[in-house]
Amino acid sequence: MSEVLEAGSPPALTPPPEEVKRELLAGYPTKVARKRAHHIVVNAVDPEGTVPEIAANVRTIPGIITQRGCTYAGCKGVVLGPTRDIVHLTHGPIGCGFYSWLTRRNQTRPKGPEDLNFLTYCFSTDMQEEQIIFGGEKKLRQAIQEAYELFQPRAITIFATCPVGLIGDDIHAVAREMKEKLGINVIAFSCEGYKGVSQSAGHHIANNGLFMHVVGLDDSTEAGKFRVNLLGEYNIGGDAFEIERLFEECGLTLVATFSGNSTYEQFARAHTADLNLVMCHRSINYMADMMEARFGIPWLKVNFLGAEATAKSLRKIAAYFEDPELAARVEEVIVREMPAVAALLEEVRGRLAGKKAMLFVGGSRAHHYQELFREIGMETIAAGYEFAHRDDYEGRRVLPRIKVDADSRNIEELQVEPDPRRYSPRITPEDQARLAMAGLVLQDYEGMMPTMACGTLVVDDISHYETEKLIELYRPDIICAGIKEKYVIQKSGVPMKQLHNYDYSGPYAGFQGAINFYREIDRMVNSKVWRYLKAPWQEHPELTATYVWE
Amino acid sequence: MTAAVSHRHRAQGSPYVSTTNACKLCTPLGACLAFRGVEGAVPFLHGSQGCATYMRRYIISHFREPMDIASSSLGEKHAIYGGGPNLKQGLKNVVDKYQPQLIGVATTCLTETIGDDVPRMVREFVQECQAGGEMAPLPRIVTVSSPSYRGTHMEGFHGAVRALVEQLAQAAPPSAAVNLLPGLVSPADIRYLKEILRDFGLTGIILPDISETLDGPQEMTYRRIPAGGTPLTDIAAMSGSRATLEFGATLSGQDTAGRLLAQRFGVRLFQMGLPLGLRETDRFFGLLETLSGRENPRPHALERGRLLDALVDGHKYVFGKRAVVYGEEDLVVGLTAFLAEIGVRPVLCASGGESGHLEAAMARVCGDLLPELPVVWGGVDFYDIAQEAQGLAPDLLIGHSKGYHLARAWGIPLIRVGFPIHDRFGGQRLLHLGYRGAQQLLDRIINALLAQKQADSPVGYGYL
Repeated sequence: MSEVLEAGSPPALTPPPEEVKRELLAGYPTKVARKRAHHIVVNAVDPEGTVPEIAANVRTIPGIITQRGCTYAGCKGVVLGPTRDIVHLTHGPIGCGFYSWLTRRNQTRPKGPEDLNFLTYCFSTDMQEEQIIFGGEKKLRQAIQEAYELFQPRAITIFATCPVGLIGDDIHAVAREMKEKLGINVIAFSCEGYKGVSQSAGHHIANNGLFMHVVGLDDSTEAGKFRVNLLGEYNIGGDAFEIERLFEECGLTLVATFSGNSTYEQFARAHTADLNLVMCHRSINYMADMMEARFGIPWLKVNFLGAEATAKSLRKIAAYFEDPELAARVEEVIVREMPAVAALLEEVRGRLAGKKAMLFVGGSRAHHYQELFREIGMETIAAGYEFAHRDDYEGRRVLPRIKVDADSRNIEELQVEPDPRRYSPRITPEDQARLAMAGLVLQDYEGMMPTMACGTLVVDDISHYETEKLIELYRPDIICAGIKEKYVIQKSGVPMKQLHNYDYSGPYAGFQGAINFYREIDRMVNSKVWRYLKAPWQEHPELTATYVWE
Repeated sequence: MTAAVSHRHRAQGSPYVSTTNACKLCTPLGACLAFRGVEGAVPFLHGSQGCATYMRRYIISHFREPMDIASSSLGEKHAIYGGGPNLKQGLKNVVDKYQPQLIGVATTCLTETIGDDVPRMVREFVQECQAGGEMAPLPRIVTVSSPSYRGTHMEGFHGAVRALVEQLAQAAPPSAAVNLLPGLVSPADIRYLKEILRDFGLTGIILPDISETLDGPQEMTYRRIPAGGTPLTDIAAMSGSRATLEFGATLSGQDTAGRLLAQRFGVRLFQMGLPLGLRETDRFFGLLETLSGRENPRPHALERGRLLDALVDGHKYVFGKRAVVYGEEDLVVGLTAFLAEIGVRPVLCASGGESGHLEAAMARVCGDLLPELPVVWGGVDFYDIAQEAQGLAPDLLIGHSKGYHLARAWGIPLIRVGFPIHDRFGGQRLLHLGYRGAQQLLDRIINALLAQKQADSPVGYGYL
């Protein structure tokens, strides 16, 4: 599947990546250039899989147009927002709540008309000047009371916006008080926007709050031989639905998803699962580690983006459970799903093979989607994350060497001890070692860079300016990023695919999702609309170059 | 008939303390939109970077255009010690990378809460740059205070327009130009306003002008700052114009850009509601006739005539239909005036805005047309609107995309107007104003009702 661009093989990129990096930095004042130089890395993978160091998860330089969001966005918008039966109450002025009002288009599927679903709602205390001056606790308390009376949710979460921490509202005290009063769980998150480097800080805060206040509250279990949680899958475009379908067909029991198509109850019972499957490592690895430490549930990195990747991930799950019946069912599913994938690949590869993609998105998507491009024969020539950390780039092997700076220290790192009653290691160290020998490594993520070709460019927290420059120098056939970059890229004459919200299409996960994605990319890259436009380099002769496959 | 006649009238805001499904956006978003309508301008938010990201995301999803907003990206340390150094560094980087003519700095709740003195910081920045002599000619930097805990995006919008005039207009020689402050209307509306002024032979200074900056063409080369927008020289010269036309039914008596031009430079101020529908447009055109000394140019007179013709042709479809209107206060007033004219019965007119002028403006524009004034309700959210409207048996909704869930729940059409529209294509090209805008709105309203009638019909008639 990956003959086009094997990891580690040198691609023939023009201009050479070192030159591109120099050009990118040349446009900056010296001080800025010096900082950005650490975030722009020419990839190299040595035989041990070691890659060069990249600077990540450090503060964005002011005035550079970054695509990053804030701590609140990561906590409310990403991790907790998709849970349907919780009232998510934003404590602050109206903007933050309004802008995170289902904008990520997470999907959910209530079980019936009686099932609670507040996803289409936006709850806010709509703080006014009076609260800024005299404090907002009273209004918050009242807002919680109203939410309870009007909606009878399973739980209420409170999210702090910038002013809350500054005026000293004790949202945690209010949460405790209202929890006692109402008899439902009320959980506060101190996720003020300014707290971290990016939305990543908010992910961590959300993980901590969920773990401390929800996970493990309900010991009841449903039947199921192979009980798993899916972590870091937010059901954009219905991805989680597709994965759920596959799990069901394979005979896996999904206890909880963090947090696409999820409910409060799922979180409360998540500790009863026997394996945690991690999709987006960046946003949820804290939860996986904490559940391992407290309950003894191991975690396995999976990826359901890409048909081959999906097959591989399903096989890994079967390998973990070491059950021949499960392994056979997984193979059955793969055999059933693959012909349609192969048939479409046959059709589109001729039109797509050799074309070049750049991905600047997320904390895992820039990695995972390379699989899908590889399947259709497209090369990823440059990639980077918006808010990931070094371990997402270089692999978890660098964790001990990551320097903890003031911004990271700012986010609480929970010290988790084994639960005296419920800690039960699901796998012995011996079995774990045996599985590792067979290639199934638990609690590990190799990172994006070791899977990318040598000589490709890795750019962390890319700015608008760098995106424009890369378009000019590399002339990619498609760029995947978010809506904020979309129209800049399209105005530069390059097709652009949104991978935050999928341009409101999808799903792209699993086998059926891969089919959707192949079709979409074929349609975008080969659309006739691009013939009406000429890209700048096609007009300016000094920029003319031949494509590598020409 | 006065506003107080209606027994259903609600003087007070929502009965709830919390806001569920807001019908307003935040103050700095409006400021950024206004700054975007100035030539060579880059909007800049002094606060946490999430504000810029969220607002860009939101504005882009409506206009489908690039929208760069710089940020000072404050962190915890800066929230404690002040955001000055970040603001200055950010301004410097924007100057370097964009070479803008203007940077419009808007504050956020973070920097307002910590009390950053932004005008002082900007003065220091300019002095430091001049002393250092290191930078190319500095852009103009306009600052506006736009805490999101005060007002809505409309207060931010009008505040930024006022700040632009206050900080850029200088005493200028008298000119024949007419200032036009259109408020938050679509790029298509602005293009149409330009056409009207041109046809009257008037030189107009429209501020802000987002007609190209937020609805630009596909070009050979991408411009980091789009072409278009109100030129700075024009803003500077507004003080010499012979008159200012300021749209916005709720603006009278408020401290607006138009008022500032009148008080400081003696420019005659004509404040009026958005020229939406026949009668409000007639007022606008009447004013232009006076200012230009010309009769309504024939193309526009013809458009007015065709609109009248269409009102006659279409009245049977709309007469007596009950409408819920929501959105920005000024837009709601204009839409209600239009609906009342065409025979629709507005039953609830609601806004998240709380200028306090909504009710009086409403009585003025349609008090003589309606047997009973609709429920006029400021400072409310969609939860309130839903509760109130349920007993009013509406036939249609008119407003932005956020009302979709109500339309869906009640099985009635939603006519999308204003901002934000993110579930339909072409929101930036919707025309609302003037005879032409009224014509298009009328067509859309009637067609939505016909489509509904057709879909609901067990037979499926092809003639309606």
